[in-house]
Amino acid sequence: MKNKTSFLSALRAAFPHTLPVLAGFGVLGATYGILMSVSGFPFWATTLISLTVFAGSMQFVAVNLLLGAFAPLEAFLLTLMINARHIFYGISMLDRYKGTGLKKLYLIFGMCDETFSINCTAAVPEGIDKGKFYLATTLLNQSYWVIASAVGGIFGSLISFETRGIEFVMTAMFFVILIEQLKSKKMAVCAAVGIICSAACLLIFGAGVFILPSMAAILLLLTLLRPILEKEGPHND
Amino acid sequence: MTNLETIITVAVIVLGTAITRFLPFLIFRSDKPTPKYMQFLGNYLPPAVFGMLVIYCLKDVLFVFEGTSGLPELISLAATLVLHLSFRKMLLSLIGGTACYMLLLQFVF
Repeated sequence: MKNKTSFLSALRAAFPHTLPVLAGFGVLGATYGILMSVSGFPFWATTLISLTVFAGSMQFVAVNLLLGAFAPLEAFLLTLMINARHIFYGISMLDRYKGTGLKKLYLIFGMCDETFSINCTAAVPEGIDKGKFYLATTLLNQSYWVIASAVGGIFGSLISFETRGIEFVMTAMFFVILIEQLKSKKMAVCAAVGIICSAACLLIFGAGVFILPSMAAILLLLTLLRPILEKEGPHND
Repeated sequence: MTNLETIITVAVIVLGTAITRFLPFLIFRSDKPTPKYMQFLGNYLPPAVFGMLVIYCLKDVLFVFEGTSGLPELISLAATLVLHLSFRKMLLSLIGGTACYMLLLQFVF
């Protein structure tokens, strides 16, 4: 089904979904820019990293990496570990991103936590091309991040911090999406699997390295539960 | 670090991040049907991922048994939950929950 909706209407449809990200990235991006600027990096370097890496928590870690001794292999392995959760996003989006043409390359490149959350869960409105909607979300979210970090990088510590705590909007967004996912008993079971496995691994392995064991535990438990989850035909909503 | 070393380090981080994002799509090409097991994961993984993501956001305050660590976060999430179950308006829940957190952080804790 070819759909010739304009990109502008896709932007208009996607924009409301990205508002929480605008608030969160506005503050987090500016904070990152300020951190880079007080660490001695020029604003264009900050902007370039936000354009090419585009992974919030990794960029914060990278500030320390860039200030330390040259250790590319360590940096590479650390990146894989911190960003390993993206693999789950890719698996979840395999079929959703099918048939989006060349756009798909950018959709995958720009798939941060927040963009994945919106594109995985938002109902694309009737008459709006799916691929263009996904592209609009990805593009809007990355623009917020790049612009905010550039502004932070330029104005540095001139920005005051009346906004302390606003970054919680990101946590709240993931949490509300989690609540919205609990439409059926099966989905609630899966959510519980995610929470229990991650919380247990956080308790056992600590905040630094718990994501990889959490992912392994989630995969294992979901696979064990597969016969039960798929009992009454495939899930659809 | 020299400029070249900085560029190499950034390039390596770009590459590592891109690998984690592209890997599933490289393994399961879109010109072939997605295997049944991966379709199963595509359907049932997202709620588990959002559970993991919430824990990930709380990783630095959860299970830190010092002072009030984690308390403002848990109270604000409870407020978000109540708001969301009452009104089912995403933006309202987010604004309420975040405002609650900011007030707690700036005036209470």
